[in-house]
Amino acid sequence: MDEQLKSELRRQGVVATSLQELYNWGRKSSVWPLNFGLACCAIEMIAATMARYDLARFGAEVFRPSPRQADLMIVAGTVTKKMAPQVVRLYNQMPEPKYVISMGACAISGGPFKQGYNVLKGIDRYIPVDVYIPGCPPRPEALIDAFMMLQRKIDAQYLTGPGRPRHLDAETPSEFVVPEFGPHDLVPTSNSEVWSVPLVNISNAGKNEPGRD
Amino acid sequence: MNILTDTSVDSISTDETDHLTGDLLEISMGPQHPSTHGVFRMNVTLDGEQVVKLKPVFGYLHRNHEKIAETESYLGCMPYTDRLDYICSITNNWAYALAVETLAGIKVPERAEYLRVITGELTRLQNHAGLIGFLMQDMGASGTPLMYAFREREKILDLFEALTGARMMCNYMRFGGCRCDLPAGWLDGAKKVVEGFPKFLDEFESLLKTNEILMARTQGVGIVTKAQAINAGLSGPMARASGVDYDLRKVDKYGIYERFNFRVPLGEVGDVYDRYMLRVLEMRESVEILKQAIRDLPEGPIMDPGTKIRGFRPKAGEAYGRIEGPKGELGFYLISDGSPNPYRYRVRPPTLINLTLLEDMCLGHNVADIVIILGSIDIVLGEVDR
Repeated sequence: MDEQLKSELRRQGVVATSLQELYNWGRKSSVWPLNFGLACCAIEMIAATMARYDLARFGAEVFRPSPRQADLMIVAGTVTKKMAPQVVRLYNQMPEPKYVISMGACAISGGPFKQGYNVLKGIDRYIPVDVYIPGCPPRPEALIDAFMMLQRKIDAQYLTGPGRPRHLDAETPSEFVVPEFGPHDLVPTSNSEVWSVPLVNISNAGKNEPGRD
Repeated sequence: MNILTDTSVDSISTDETDHLTGDLLEISMGPQHPSTHGVFRMNVTLDGEQVVKLKPVFGYLHRNHEKIAETESYLGCMPYTDRLDYICSITNNWAYALAVETLAGIKVPERAEYLRVITGELTRLQNHAGLIGFLMQDMGASGTPLMYAFREREKILDLFEALTGARMMCNYMRFGGCRCDLPAGWLDGAKKVVEGFPKFLDEFESLLKTNEILMARTQGVGIVTKAQAINAGLSGPMARASGVDYDLRKVDKYGIYERFNFRVPLGEVGDVYDRYMLRVLEMRESVEILKQAIRDLPEGPIMDPGTKIRGFRPKAGEAYGRIEGPKGELGFYLISDGSPNPYRYRVRPPTLINLTLLEDMCLGHNVADIVIILGSIDIVLGEVDR
């Protein structure tokens, strides 16, 4: 419907909306995160829920300890190879629709501990991530910003059509392979459904892109 | 308890309680558990509600801290120490700086020593405040005490941010001094926070000190005797709550701590309540130290001019530097072979060693007491697993 018409109707006391808008509005306003902290970033995640930053303003104050009741997994901290299977299993246990925020440098790429033999180089190798927050650790404001970005993402989802989200598409799987300990590394080392080795054009590297080294 | 295996005729006893015993139940608490303070797992064997066996499982946050440090320069190790015990980064920096200073024989200027005491004691305040909030959260006081604690913590974090540029990962100390001097007006802000802190403690104490639920849940729970504490090598508030008079600020007199007038509170029983109260009393003493340090802060340089931070190469040798961190004796053991990076870098984490008595503390208690006992140890997994 035309936005102008809509606001005109609202002035007359008539609210017109679509099912999609109502559905998305309801979902984005009550995202329940999983009460799940891994390392340093978890402390900033707790700080974000406390009185000063007050994540409750965005409808996300209900941290659930059980994955069965949660919509959002905030991967807050370093994922080690011992912990990675548990993180994926928790994600699989969450009901659809579910979202993932990858909080901090460690959850994105391994961060300062990337060279460590026991550190997973990014949780996006196993589960799809919706929003990344850089920082070590990111400030609570950054988490709130990521949360608002997730809300915008939920708001823009279609109920029907080819672009519809995974939980409305029976064909798409909602569970992902849980890695296991192999002789040298986790098996598989990554899930090819969600992650592929990033391709870098070496011949052009550093020429026209001043930020890259 | 041995009714499961004992089949002899004599075992059919007349004891009335025997018919109530059933199968033992094994449960796994963690690694995803709201009250394990990170990714810690305990395999608990229960007889009804009572704990008969507890086996901790570590390593879910093993980030190869010590191995990575062997490939880094001495300066490059400093940011990693922030992430050991991520709640109190400044005291970690201090312990590491002290170890390197012992190794290379570096003198620290007077003003830098004072800055270290001020920031270190502020770290102790925010750690203990946070811990008490988390302990109450574990006990079921969902939200409110933690909000009070974090309100105070945020004030101290603001000071850290103004001084170092980061809220949590301060990376403030350098061997031979501190990274940067105080910004304008910082000291007045610190004075305000320090003077306002006892008010928060009074408020907190009046709400909780004689709270019936708190006392019922914590008194007589998780007792560590004085002998146990010494034998297990406990340190910090854990040891002092059991009556062991051992505070490195008094024993080692590292830095300039002998100049300050403060007391070391001691517990009597060694239960969770003592550990809780000891932290409250310790915060009051920290406030006293802070007042004296802010009053006496001298002018002068903050770095030893002779120390070469970049390209730092100490002579071959070994050194151990230790401080009284908020959680106990935090020590760094360094071996140098004359190269720019440590040959061996070992951390003595206070919380891992304080955690060794976990099973002894939990045996015979209810399953709900485990989280309180664990909370009172004050573990941080970044330090336990490293």
